[in-house]
Amino acid sequence: MKLLVPVKRVIDYNVKVRVKSDQSGVELAGIKMAMNPFDEIAVEEAVRLKEKGVVTEIVAVSVGVTQAQETIRTALAMGADRGILVETDGPPEPLAVAKILKALADKEQPQLFILGKQAIDDDMNATGQMLAALLGWPQGTFASKIDIVDGTATVTREVDGGLETVALTMPAVITADLRLNEPRYASLPNIMKARKKPIDVVKPADLGVDAAPRLTTLKVVEPPKRQAGKKVGSVAELVDKLRNEAKVI
Amino acid sequence: MAILVLIEHEGGKVKQPARSAIAAATKIGGEIHALVAGENVGEAAAATAKIPGIAKVLTADGAAYAHGLAEPLGALLVSLAPGYTHLLSASTAIGKNVMPRVAALLDVQQISDIAEVVDADTFVRPIYAGNALATVKSADAKKVITVRAASFDPVSAEGGTAPVEPASNPELPNNSRFISAELSKSERPELTAARVVVSGGRGMQSGANFHLLDPIADKLGAAVGASRAAVDAGFVPNDYQVGQTGKIVAPDLYVAVGISGAIQHLAGMKDSKVIVAINKDEEAPIFQVADYGLVADLFQALPELKAELEKA
Repeated sequence: MKLLVPVKRVIDYNVKVRVKSDQSGVELAGIKMAMNPFDEIAVEEAVRLKEKGVVTEIVAVSVGVTQAQETIRTALAMGADRGILVETDGPPEPLAVAKILKALADKEQPQLFILGKQAIDDDMNATGQMLAALLGWPQGTFASKIDIVDGTATVTREVDGGLETVALTMPAVITADLRLNEPRYASLPNIMKARKKPIDVVKPADLGVDAAPRLTTLKVVEPPKRQAGKKVGSVAELVDKLRNEAKVI
Repeated sequence: MAILVLIEHEGGKVKQPARSAIAAATKIGGEIHALVAGENVGEAAAATAKIPGIAKVLTADGAAYAHGLAEPLGALLVSLAPGYTHLLSASTAIGKNVMPRVAALLDVQQISDIAEVVDADTFVRPIYAGNALATVKSADAKKVITVRAASFDPVSAEGGTAPVEPASNPELPNNSRFISAELSKSERPELTAARVVVSGGRGMQSGANFHLLDPIADKLGAAVGASRAAVDAGFVPNDYQVGQTGKIVAPDLYVAVGISGAIQHLAGMKDSKVIVAINKDEEAPIFQVADYGLVADLFQALPELKAELEKA
């Protein structure tokens, strides 16, 4: 069974994001980039499924700028077998990414996609669901556990009230939540080996996809800053302030 | 313009985030219809009809909709979409699951988690865990939108008298199936609807210690939440998590106990009206957003707080 795992290049999650002074976006020049953390979890799950013998081939896909090849290399070092970069000029929107992934699925015929549940840059939380819809496949979003047996994916999902388990008739799309696994660090020998693994580079047009954005960003601003308040000296003072000053209890 | 709002309900009652989604729809302007899908939805539909500002309630009743599975619910929404310019849901687990499916099938780029309505095409939404706010304008003819409930005061639950009628039944996919749910049971208010939230972090040290928060939450009528660190450590279940990828809350009072204040946590609670932080590390970033900070060992402060709240 073939598995496709899409990975996105985003600002490293440890970096403090700064809004550009002209309000056109956030500062990306000279900023450390990394694989979206939820995508790392997706890659890890893919590799574990291969180690268990459920999956035979893992293809890591990224849609984005040329440098997204580095993100694919990270996935290859973790254990993916080969990569595909769909090269775009700017940051693609989830709908365009979903269409590109659908076109790749038509070519590659995977039985399963595992994606991160959301990218930590645009926080859209949409690509996996959109892909499932375009393919007409079922989806298991926000997964914290995956079992694959006889063409059925049983997925435990993190939902508002707790956990929910669904059964999906494969092929299917699954999106990874935080507690699905803890991603491994790639070992040095595996990083070296990853350099030899192939990465194909194609353009959206090669796949017949129009990746033009539908949303125009008019401005990006910093949220209103909260002022640090005061320190109180005791629990009694705290309760007094909450009762008589803030009047919230 | 006509707007369709997906109503999330439980036990015959409309969940509060759905009334925030109606509030967002009201700001967009136009005739608002509400969709109540589920199994035996009569009571929930009647409750929805009482929400002021709704022109019509559509119902879809059937076992396929019982658990809010995205595949049938998405097909239903797509079948109803031709009559509407905007389709909205709150950014709940169900809304986040189904709405992008609907958007893709309508060839629309969803606008996720809006925090403000500028006009019928233009919305403000947080990006980078709320460290930036983007104003985006959609060029799509139809808009598919999820609404950050904490950013819109819910409309009233009473006062309306909308007519209720069944929606036509589309053909539904049959490729997914509900197996089971393991839901936390609590007498307390829901995190996203509570007026007061008391949250614990890694500083609580264990799941057993989380019960130190119980009498305080009881006294304040509060929901209990947690940071990601506390959930990852297994102190409490995932549904307690407040933050970028957990629940977004904006109560009147948020009490953060033993929480350092990672960006991902602040993203979920910094719109609270009053924030209290109790932490023994006076350098903890949580103090930079707290209105009232108490530098103290929580194991001493919590019993004291309980005693102080019990005084009159």
